Amino acid sequence: MTYLTDNKILELKKTANLIRQSIIEMLVEAKSGHTAGALGMADIFTLFYFHILKHNPKDPLWEDRDRLILSNGHICPVLYASMAHSGYFPIEELKTLRKLGSRLQGHPHREYLPFVENSSGPLGAGLSQAVGMALADKINEKKDRYIYCFMSDGELNEGNSWEAIMLAGKNKLKNLIAIVDRNNIQIDGYTEKVMPLEPLADKWRAFNWHVIETGGHNFKELNDAVLEAQKIKDKPIVIIAHTTPSKGIKEWENDYKWHGIPPNKEQGEMALKELRELGSRF
Amino acid sequence: MLNPQLKLNPKIFNEDVEQAPIRKGFGQGLLKAGEIDENVVALCADLTESTQMHLFAEKFPKRFIEMGVAEQNLVTVASGMSAMGKIPFCSSYAMFSPGRNWEQIRTTIAYNDRKVIIVGNHAGISVGPDGGTHQALEDIALMRVIPNMDVISPCDAIEAKKATLSLAKTKKPAYLRLARDKTPIITTEETPFEIGKAQIYWMPDVGLAQVGIIVTGSLTHRAILAAKKLEEKGIKTKVMNLSSIIPIDKDAIITLAKETKAIVTVEEHQIAGGLGGAVAEILAQNYPTPIEFIGVQNTFGQSGTPDELIKHYKMDVPDIILAVEKVLKRKI
Repeated sequence: MTYLTDNKILELKKTANLIRQSIIEMLVEAKSGHTAGALGMADIFTLFYFHILKHNPKDPLWEDRDRLILSNGHICPVLYASMAHSGYFPIEELKTLRKLGSRLQGHPHREYLPFVENSSGPLGAGLSQAVGMALADKINEKKDRYIYCFMSDGELNEGNSWEAIMLAGKNKLKNLIAIVDRNNIQIDGYTEKVMPLEPLADKWRAFNWHVIETGGHNFKELNDAVLEAQKIKDKPIVIIAHTTPSKGIKEWENDYKWHGIPPNKEQGEMALKELRELGSRF
Repeated sequence: MLNPQLKLNPKIFNEDVEQAPIRKGFGQGLLKAGEIDENVVALCADLTESTQMHLFAEKFPKRFIEMGVAEQNLVTVASGMSAMGKIPFCSSYAMFSPGRNWEQIRTTIAYNDRKVIIVGNHAGISVGPDGGTHQALEDIALMRVIPNMDVISPCDAIEAKKATLSLAKTKKPAYLRLARDKTPIITTEETPFEIGKAQIYWMPDVGLAQVGIIVTGSLTHRAILAAKKLEEKGIKTKVMNLSSIIPIDKDAIITLAKETKAIVTVEEHQIAGGLGGAVAEILAQNYPTPIEFIGVQNTFGQSGTPDELIKHYKMDVPDIILAVEKVLKRKI
């Protein structure tokens, strides 16, 4: 885990663009699934799978790997695409998303795809599992890895999330870094209308977490946020990443209607064209 | 007579038979499991002493996690610890765990295939004066419908200790159901215990039994007392301790039904979905047999002493005897 060079940033941009294209292709083929969050988290997933994470796609269960828990399992198209593009399984397999017998279940299931750290879907339980992992490493005095938890802002409506936040603060889990996808939308509308979360950073601080706020799409800024997080030695860290839902497809950005639906064939072609044009300019 | 092969407590019928809460056996078993395997950890939702986790917490403070009153977090954090190779036992009252956190148990433990042992204390009506809010009468049903989940309901403190030690060694998630109140000691250290195996505790001196009584948990002693009284009345029975509800000993249940052609099930649980339901599912498919069910009949409990409540809700010795006599008349 290091600072990013300009070349590396360019490479990450290209990869994120390809991952977004895969997400569109998967969702069109599957005819169901969640678009906005998957596209919105593509840059963060790319940064982690291609720069930050200590992992080995050829040896997925390598004991010393970092752990990345995805709490809001519905954005799994971005998880699967990031895993395929980084070499966990063939990219062609992405088209099996949500189909009978596929390893790529509609929400991640470890029984089908053992490389994922956790089965998820029902919201508000991922951070607790990450807390459990961080506690286990603390008991074992294992200090050479991090437990990361990617979670949504909407799932902070869940009481279970706050139980986990309270326990992590109490136990000063400095090996735990949560990343909140602060995209301001959930199924029924904008988060501040459905169930206001603000002042969100203050809430985490009140539970004894170190809070870092950052944009969700600038690789240098995101990388700096993680570097800062890793320097904190007395409490768990949350990075509140302000992302744009459906990022990359201008017409869909910030529209909560894209939370839980896939593009149809025509919409998919339009989106792929936009992404390919952007890709050709890198 | 008591099954001579199982080395059961010979004082079982004495007035002064030794009594101990089933949960105490869990506390001793957990301490021992912790001594055997350093990966065993314990998590508790603010009920450390009453769930008997204090023995472990005092000996292994670094491996004990005080969760506060947060049962959803209790089981999900345990799932995460299991993912890192720990063997978590998490305890609360059955009404709250698995009562409150059922979906988290299903998704993050059973579906996620993480070995966690969920310990539900104070299960059943015999919680007593705390009243209906605290009397878990639905927990066997809740847990036995989840795939990839063992369900164990020991009959006394000694069996609870053995069950705890066994569960520490298995590969699967499990639910361990424990009662609060003192119950007579039925087994001894020498009595065999195996997950997935039912055992006949009481049998006729000679000949075949006319009725099979299948019991789980704290009512086992009452079932044996009923069997003894029935013998005095000339009715021969067998009493099967089905402490392992999942995995269920299907062959043993069918064998008992074939011998007796009449079954009574006994549990401190709703009749719907519990031990009786599990037995009925097996017999309906394999050897249809008349069954009478002793348990709580689609109602909530209330305050009272354990003995008063067991009598009031018709789970006492005379009720078991009546059920046996009733099922005898239904024999085909």
